[in-house]
Amino acid sequence: MSVLVYVNSNNGKIAKNAMEAVTYGKKIGNVTVVTNGGADAGALAELGAYGADKVLVDRAFEGTDPQQLTKLVVAAAENVGAETVIFSNDLVGKSVASRVSARMKAGLVAGATGVPAEDGTVKVNVFSGKAFGFVKVNTAKRVISLLPNSFQPENNGGTAAVEEFTSNSGEAGIKVLETKKPEGAIPLPEAELVVSAGRGLKGPENWGMVEELATELGAATACSRPVADIGWRPHHEHVGQTGVAIRPNLYIAAGISGAIQHLAGVNGSKVIVVINTDPEAPFFKAADYGVVGDAFEVLPRLTEAVKKFNASK
Amino acid sequence: MKILVCISKSPDTTSKIAFTEGNTKFDENGVQYIVNPYDEWYALVRGLELKEALGGTVTTITVGTAADDATIRKALAIGADNAVRVDAEATDAYQVASEIAAYAKDKGFDLVLTGKETINYNGSQVAGMIAEELELPFVSLATKLNVEGTTAKLDKEIVGGVETVEAQLPLVVSCAKGMAEQRIPNMRGIMAARTKPLEVVTPVGGEAMTSFVSFDLPPAKSAVKLIDPENMDELVELLHNEAKVL
Repeated sequence: MSVLVYVNSNNGKIAKNAMEAVTYGKKIGNVTVVTNGGADAGALAELGAYGADKVLVDRAFEGTDPQQLTKLVVAAAENVGAETVIFSNDLVGKSVASRVSARMKAGLVAGATGVPAEDGTVKVNVFSGKAFGFVKVNTAKRVISLLPNSFQPENNGGTAAVEEFTSNSGEAGIKVLETKKPEGAIPLPEAELVVSAGRGLKGPENWGMVEELATELGAATACSRPVADIGWRPHHEHVGQTGVAIRPNLYIAAGISGAIQHLAGVNGSKVIVVINTDPEAPFFKAADYGVVGDAFEVLPRLTEAVKKFNASK
Repeated sequence: MKILVCISKSPDTTSKIAFTEGNTKFDENGVQYIVNPYDEWYALVRGLELKEALGGTVTTITVGTAADDATIRKALAIGADNAVRVDAEATDAYQVASEIAAYAKDKGFDLVLTGKETINYNGSQVAGMIAEELELPFVSLATKLNVEGTTAKLDKEIVGGVETVEAQLPLVVSCAKGMAEQRIPNMRGIMAARTKPLEVVTPVGGEAMTSFVSFDLPPAKSAVKLIDPENMDELVELLHNEAKVL
């Protein structure tokens, strides 16, 4: 079966979720990757290690305009006769997969967490991670967007053939005026380790100890909804049902009681550590490790312990 | 300016999630339906703010049955001028998007707004599909939206930051947190909503491309392992050797 995987290579690097998507595609069939922009051919060829036979790259345009990328992906899918098109369900993937699905009349499985079963059904997260569903596609072709950090990339060595590709993708409907990326901060949606805090921290001036632990771990920082709503922390750090949903390997929550809406944003985490003074806090029921204690004492102590651990590595 | 806001219902955020009929159907027993928070808080309220600033109308559209009318009236109580309900059971994102696109096609809407996803199926699919069916530009996960003349200026989430972009109307936008603040309908709004027009239109027969075969609940979490708050070295050791995440 012919499989096409869209990879975003716009910053010249291949992100981990692209490796995940290519590995995932290899489980289904023969993988061709399609991408655009000026990424170095050598970097693209390395996708062969994850199972891609071939990489088609359209150098005629850069960026992630959904209309242009839709034309690119549809043209590439026709070119290789792909029956399955795969995206990473990240911010770009979400905006393109839906358009490609409508254009190709290929049913979209959004947020897949596993490879298709023998009967073709695919497991996805639903109800904000509180349940999962098995989706069947009723069309001949299908589009699958893979939930980041739900599938391990497998590097088996090898290189892919890189070919120039022309898709006549037209003009961008969306013009980018400015891009702001905070220096040095680890972006929350793709962070593998996250340190989060809530109202138990009592005020924005106390976030230093959260940031110190995050720095020591190499983790991103996050917060609960009330903390974002009262302006102690920026909105983009809010994880939960109405904020960002994350699936890090480790989620450390200090001074967060664990309301059901908060859990909906973090229940995909592999390991959850909860620090709270209240042993009855509902979050402990969802935690793997719990520390009943004052965050003001426990966080600095944990930072010291991580420092010691890092020094011993 | 003519604004179309897509409204879907979703179970209240505190709902207990369970399934019936051999795990093939969502158990609606005791579930309170609300307007999907992303549709309400961000798409609808920002649509209303733009209308208040620039003039025009805000129309809501829902693909659903008479059971959806209560949530549609809620959207009207918050301030939408009128509502459209495409009289069909919503079956999948593509069916919903093709019904909405078919309705919107020749109505001259300047903006089509949706929430970034529903909190029940989390697909984040409908807005992009509407945009493709209408062949319009699409900005996903926008956190800010302003309009001047026929140009929209938006902030959108990108990995690790924010991008400011510009696009010409008409435009499809999916709205995320930051776009607007929740509005609680007042008594006057609730009274007015009862008499605002809710037009029921016949579906064009949009077909679903996907279906849910079954559902399941995640396995119960094993009991939490409690660590002495004095002994954070032990926690680090467990995270390293047992959980293998450090």
